[in-house]
Amino acid sequence: MTLWIQILLVLGLILTAVYLVRSTPSASHQAIRRILVILAVLVGVVAVIWPGLLSGIAHALGVGRGADLLLYGLVVVFLVESVSNYKRSVTASRTTSALARELALTEARLEEAIADVAALKSGAPKPKGK
Amino acid sequence: MTPRAKPVSGGAKNPDVWVVIPLYNEAPVIGGVIEELKREFANVVCVDDGSTDGSGAVAKAAGARLITHPINLGQGAALQTGISYARERAGTEYIVTFDADGQHRIEDALGMLKLARSKKLGVVFGSRFLDNRTNPGWAKKVVLKTAVWVTNQTTGMKLTDAHNGLRVLSVDAARGINLQQDRMAHATEIVVQIGRTKLPWEEFPVEVIYTDYSKAKGQSLLNSVNILFDLIVN
Repeated sequence: MTLWIQILLVLGLILTAVYLVRSTPSASHQAIRRILVILAVLVGVVAVIWPGLLSGIAHALGVGRGADLLLYGLVVVFLVESVSNYKRSVTASRTTSALARELALTEARLEEAIADVAALKSGAPKPKGK
Repeated sequence: MTPRAKPVSGGAKNPDVWVVIPLYNEAPVIGGVIEELKREFANVVCVDDGSTDGSGAVAKAAGARLITHPINLGQGAALQTGISYARERAGTEYIVTFDADGQHRIEDALGMLKLARSKKLGVVFGSRFLDNRTNPGWAKKVVLKTAVWVTNQTTGMKLTDAHNGLRVLSVDAARGINLQQDRMAHATEIVVQIGRTKLPWEEFPVEVIYTDYSKAKGQSLLNSVNILFDLIVN
């Protein structure tokens, strides 16, 4: 029966999509990511030491071989990684934009301050509205 | 940010208005656009978004206040920089956003400004679909109508044209705007943010002049996919 693995995989993909659309980066996400990394390492070690275990889990979930289960898991994990990478790059580019904007505006303010000083020195009336 | 005085010469037209033009590689046309604008508007600011064809120098020579992004960030980012600059000038009451490629008519901008002043509106959106003067062609129409539909779904407002670069914002409305979408999705984002300010708004029929030059640079069907994606994805 392949029902269980189908439910798990579809659920994983849907959650990935929700993650893409909804959430914003936060400290709890980072904690969850780190817990998952530690879990992945532990599961990896266990799977290496007892190779039969993976096949056993695969059978229980309705997948033919342990290697297949591994592949399916890898696909989902890859998607999650892509999404979280994309989000990181969006955040980074927004930061860059804000920074570049401040730079451009600061330059404009500086130019105007210099023009004001030059106007004062040449004895022209100070621009009103200050 | 301290408000700074901008000297305005005597008898200048519309001294309480800043025209904001996001500029990216429009050297062949930007000079003419600014010269025409300067006849009616004393204050024109061009945000050069990292042009590589000398557009910035042309804009400056034509009499615009030039602000230069150190790198190319996108039209939405340039628009935000221009709005940020204009709203911190002393005496600014209205901000007009205007495209660099010469597709808007200055008469329309003046009409929109008059409407905003007389009815004390927060925003006047230009719309090319309120009359039959503009004929965008079917492909463009599909893109634009999709964009309007998405915008109306997201904002609950009932616009007829979402991706029109000609807008008049009161300084109060401008203060409510902080565009995060650097690329084309900013046109919808601006509507969302204006909706949040609860200020009164209206649409105004404008004509969009499709020159061969602007046609060649127009938005493609595929780009509307990008706009949708940027809006849906957080």
